[in-house]
Amino acid sequence: MPRDGILDPQGRAVESALPHLGIEQVYAIRVGRRIELSVEAADQPAARVIVERLAAELLANPLIESWAIEVLP
Amino acid sequence: MKVGVVVFPGSNCDRDAVHGAQLAGAQAELLWHEDSDLHGADLVILPGGFAYGDYLRAGALARFSPIMGAVRDHAARGGLVLGICNGFQVLAEAGLVPGALLRNASLRFEHRWVRLTVERRDTPFTAAVPAGRTLRMPIAHGEGCYFLPEPELADLEARGGVVFRYAAPEGNPNGSAHDIAGVIDAGGRVCGLMPHPERAADQLLGSDDGLLLFRSLIESAAATPVGAAG
Repeated sequence: MPRDGILDPQGRAVESALPHLGIEQVYAIRVGRRIELSVEAADQPAARVIVERLAAELLANPLIESWAIEVLP
Repeated sequence: MKVGVVVFPGSNCDRDAVHGAQLAGAQAELLWHEDSDLHGADLVILPGGFAYGDYLRAGALARFSPIMGAVRDHAARGGLVLGICNGFQVLAEAGLVPGALLRNASLRFEHRWVRLTVERRDTPFTAAVPAGRTLRMPIAHGEGCYFLPEPELADLEARGGVVFRYAAPEGNPNGSAHDIAGVIDAGGRVCGLMPHPERAADQLLGSDDGLLLFRSLIESAAATPVGAAG
């Protein structure tokens, strides 16, 4: 996700379409991305270590993006 | 004096950069991104384009190309590196210059002529620019909104890290913080800018202001040789 305080023009553009749907209750839209991947590892903590490194070094730019890891069933 | 221009898959300003360097009087050749050495280049240009299709983030994948190890070593030895547009994005992702380039505030791909003030004329990239001269060059990018969080942005300004700023009458085209169009690293040897000097290297193109940057770079590299670049 774009970090807090970073201008998110995509979110703003999506928000500008809401009046056309007659939706007035939704605000503060921010657009991020979701990346799904598979890992071969002994167990979940080991997989997490690998993915955390991948997230910090490639998938996200920590200067501008925050990230979270979720293990899918 | 030999200039190496790196070609990533998706680079599209590489030949223009070679031409700009040649107009400024240097020898110039293309370097393939899968090579791990600079073939004796005295200075390196990372050109504009869409390296690796700009997938994930502009510059994010190109930064892992084998040649980037050699570019990093070259910079560490005090060699000169200039990143233009996508090349600036690659340098920022690689951490060789501070900051990040976000999607333009307009959400549009902006391509037009802009005017730049040269904030620093005592760098290897700007030494040939006459005092008080503003530069006219084109931009062409979707992700050129310069961002650096505080307090790093204040630190960058305090150390004179901002080399180029967008100026009136066209003004800031992409929402960049402090109108920043180009920055230099703390060592003063690696510079990135979003506008295209190679597209303004000949009056036929509407401006030859870009030639001033190529000339600066080439004269500075000749004055301070780095020794046998790998």
